[in-house]
Amino acid sequence: MSKDIESRDVSLRLFEYTAHHLSAKILSKEICATDLVKHFLERIKSVEPHIRAYITINEEDALKKATEIDKKIGNGETTGLLAGIPVAVKDNICTKSLSTTCASKILKNFIPPYDAFVVKRLKEEDAIIIGKTNLDEFAMGSSTENSGYKITRNPWNPEYVPGGSSGGSAAAVAADLSMMALGSDTGGSVRQPAALCGIAGVKPTYGRVSRYGLVAFGSSLDQIGTLTNDVKDAAILLQVIAGYDSRDSTSMQVSVPDYLNGIDSGVNGLRIGIPKEYFAAGLNADVHNALKDALKLYERLGAKVIDMSLPHTEYAVAVYYIVANAEASSNLARYDGVRYGYRAPKSNGIIDMYSRTRSEGFGNEVKRRIMLGNYALSAGYYDAYYLKASKVRNLIKNDFDIAFQQVDCIICPTSPVPGFKIGERAKNPLEMYLSDIYTIPANLAGIPGISVPCGFSKEGLPIGMQILAKHFEEKKLLQIAYAFERETDFHLKKPVLKVSSEQR
Amino acid sequence: MEYEVIVGLETHAELATITKLFCGCSTKFGVEPNTQVCPVCLGMPGVLPVMNKKAFEYALKAAIALNCRIDEFTNFDRKSYYYPDLPKNYQISQNYYNLGVDGYMDISVNGTIRRIRIHNVHLEEEAGKLIHPEEISADYSLVDFNRAGVPLLEIVSYPDMRNVDEVESYMQTLRKILLYAEISDCKMQEGSLRFEASISLRKKGSDKLGNRVEIKNLNSMKSVLKAIEYEAKRQSEVLDRGGTVDRETRLWDEVSEKSARMRSKEEAQDYRYFPEPDLLPVLINEKWLSAIKASIPELPRERKQRFMEVFKLSDYDAGVITEEKVLADFFDECVKILDRPKAICNWIINDLLREVKDKKLDINNLPIKAKQLAVLVEIIEKGTISSTIAKEVFSEMIQTGKGPQTIIEEKKLVQISDEGLIEAVITKVISSNPDAIEDYKKGKKNALTFLVGQVMKETKGKANPKIVNEILAKKVGI
Ligand SMILES: [Zn+2]
Repeated sequence: MSKDIESRDVSLRLFEYTAHHLSAKILSKEICATDLVKHFLERIKSVEPHIRAYITINEEDALKKATEIDKKIGNGETTGLLAGIPVAVKDNICTKSLSTTCASKILKNFIPPYDAFVVKRLKEEDAIIIGKTNLDEFAMGSSTENSGYKITRNPWNPEYVPGGSSGGSAAAVAADLSMMALGSDTGGSVRQPAALCGIAGVKPTYGRVSRYGLVAFGSSLDQIGTLTNDVKDAAILLQVIAGYDSRDSTSMQVSVPDYLNGIDSGVNGLRIGIPKEYFAAGLNADVHNALKDALKLYERLGAKVIDMSLPHTEYAVAVYYIVANAEASSNLARYDGVRYGYRAPKSNGIIDMYSRTRSEGFGNEVKRRIMLGNYALSAGYYDAYYLKASKVRNLIKNDFDIAFQQVDCIICPTSPVPGFKIGERAKNPLEMYLSDIYTIPANLAGIPGISVPCGFSKEGLPIGMQILAKHFEEKKLLQIAYAFERETDFHLKKPVLKVSSEQR
Repeated sequence: MEYEVIVGLETHAELATITKLFCGCSTKFGVEPNTQVCPVCLGMPGVLPVMNKKAFEYALKAAIALNCRIDEFTNFDRKSYYYPDLPKNYQISQNYYNLGVDGYMDISVNGTIRRIRIHNVHLEEEAGKLIHPEEISADYSLVDFNRAGVPLLEIVSYPDMRNVDEVESYMQTLRKILLYAEISDCKMQEGSLRFEASISLRKKGSDKLGNRVEIKNLNSMKSVLKAIEYEAKRQSEVLDRGGTVDRETRLWDEVSEKSARMRSKEEAQDYRYFPEPDLLPVLINEKWLSAIKASIPELPRERKQRFMEVFKLSDYDAGVITEEKVLADFFDECVKILDRPKAICNWIINDLLREVKDKKLDINNLPIKAKQLAVLVEIIEKGTISSTIAKEVFSEMIQTGKGPQTIIEEKKLVQISDEGLIEAVITKVISSNPDAIEDYKKGKKNALTFLVGQVMKETKGKANPKIVNEILAKKVGI
């Protein structure tokens, strides 16, 4: 039995707006921030039980903040870029005085004493942190099934995964449970769920956004990114979080351009590279067709489509799972029960305490990756695995460097399939790992990427198109994506939430 | 069987920066536990390290002072092991690209110079400290993270030392260099300078090294020397019995003066080193390196050389004065005020050092100021007080901290050089000691010394001895 729980009867039909429309309405006092936040909180109450996008809902604090902003606007004070806009934050990004669990039992009840750089920026721009979203534990996964707390459902079809690991953030935006959201992308964790949920997802250049306060998974790959309803929202949110931070040694002192300015400059004369390795066997036909249509549109808009090759693509997944897991095994060593987080209640000495705490606190996927990572770094194997992987990583980077001498951007699918069902890949880690086959290379190379909706599958699931560019060319990416979005209506389609009664 | 002892040392020195290596926390010693901590040095989720440039430059100074090769590229690595005092359960250290390699340090043993090679010098972070409750029954331990993240320099020598004298000289010389370069306060009692030794034996005449044993928990230089002697003896006994020495790590027990196995080679930890992704590699260019080189203060050997050449101090005197940096600085300060190096040097060696030794004073906290000693020497040279009185004044200076002039005025110790005054005293002394005059005339020379003594007694030692002698000689008719 199926029941339509969609409730678009709000007088202002707020959920049809994107952040860039709403902020204007808030500033012109057409809408007040408090009402807006209340609308979202009400919608979360009715819809969230079916989607399960959030781990924590920041109700009290969000309302308090909204009142403050309304007062500010009332007093004619200057307000930030995101004044009154609800933003959801992935639960692996530290929020001061607000629980940050990484969807892991080991950080249950962990309340950070500090804000991540990006959270500080959100607050400075008067955004309202509406809640903390679900993810695969420590961002390790592509389906949000590996959460220690709950499984998030795809708003387009609750039997399907929302993608991952930023599945909670993607589902929250797609289901109008937040205006925008932050995620993190280590191997595709922003772009892939954005694709599967039919929204825009940006993974910025490594070093563009400070990682300070992002709980580390693969430190040389992690980057905080945006999940939004459309490209302009992405531009605004990226504008807020991008920039140098002295607390992150890997953040770069490169000036941040105005991302909205000139976003409509079009793609006339643009050279688009089509890497043959990304259109090979294993690519779903619906995805392939959607991409073909998109490229035709680009050609009509004056772009030139060029066939090209990224010859080391086939090694990307292998390299990624060595580098990411090696770094993860070390990054997760600190969760030992000594200073914070979970500690096993009964233990016999320090070694036993470590062992029990970590055995009970971590889920299976996290344990699997810690073991793989430690193995790759252990004496006698370092050269064969980690060192070799680092060298191949350079070859992959090199592929992109050479490619960008001939083309302005690369377009390819975000995910090889439109989606998969909950439980379908959970038993087969390798198959799950291949979900990120098209997104991983950008993390290895440190280049920026965006996924935007470009069609629907036969089952009615959204399909994502990925655009990649050179380091620090986010502005160009947004322009290219917007040129497509302006001509299409995929981003305007919203899921009609159908929830079977058993799932309630 | 005769064996040669082969010793290498690993030295850890906490750098004297005001803040920690990767965060802004203070490095002050001896404060309340866990009051100098922040999310970064506590290893909270999501935090990142940021290199303390000063600490890096201190480490560079050490590498230069130890004649290391410094490559253009250096990087940091994570060294993984689990211990509750290590917040991240990995230590940010250096393994694949140490900032200084292949250096050396010349040490002097019984007048002979020996060159000890340095394998590498690298920078890493200090761990915290476990505090075990006093009751034995307690089922917990506490951790103090105040030291966690303090910059730590590791200096690894080659196994080039052959006896405890060389080891002692190595430790002393290294300590001096670190102090002179002003990069560590080298306080062993506070743990800011620590040593670990590795020892193996080799049959005399053979070139085959025995298995190496590492000794940890050496809390003083004395412990290092004792532990090496103990270990050499233990290994030779094992070998003499026809056994083999196990490659292992042993812990020294200061109380029983014995070592015991901590872990065998099989139990040796795999640190799973890999490049620290949160820090960028450091590129050291020629310009930076020469600026660092230029900023290194004069090192002990150059200082001694200068004292000998410029101030004409003897090898021995220059050696004593430069043994402690504070003393050498004190000397330099004194001679800047008063150009009487030899006299100042004598006062420092004979009087100041004796006071420090007798009263067991902290050499870093000298009881008098350079200015005070310079003034004292100047007063003596001017003839205002005699050298005998000067000793009294000096002793008073040490006790009260007052300047020499104040003491002389207060105690009315100014030397009497008024010839009329002295002559009056002499006349009086002669008239009351006619026997002495007779003795002198009979040829007893020391009768004159007796008379001088009497004059000094009458003037409470303040009479200028030169004038007393002159007038007395005239009076008795020499
Ligand atoms: Zn700190």
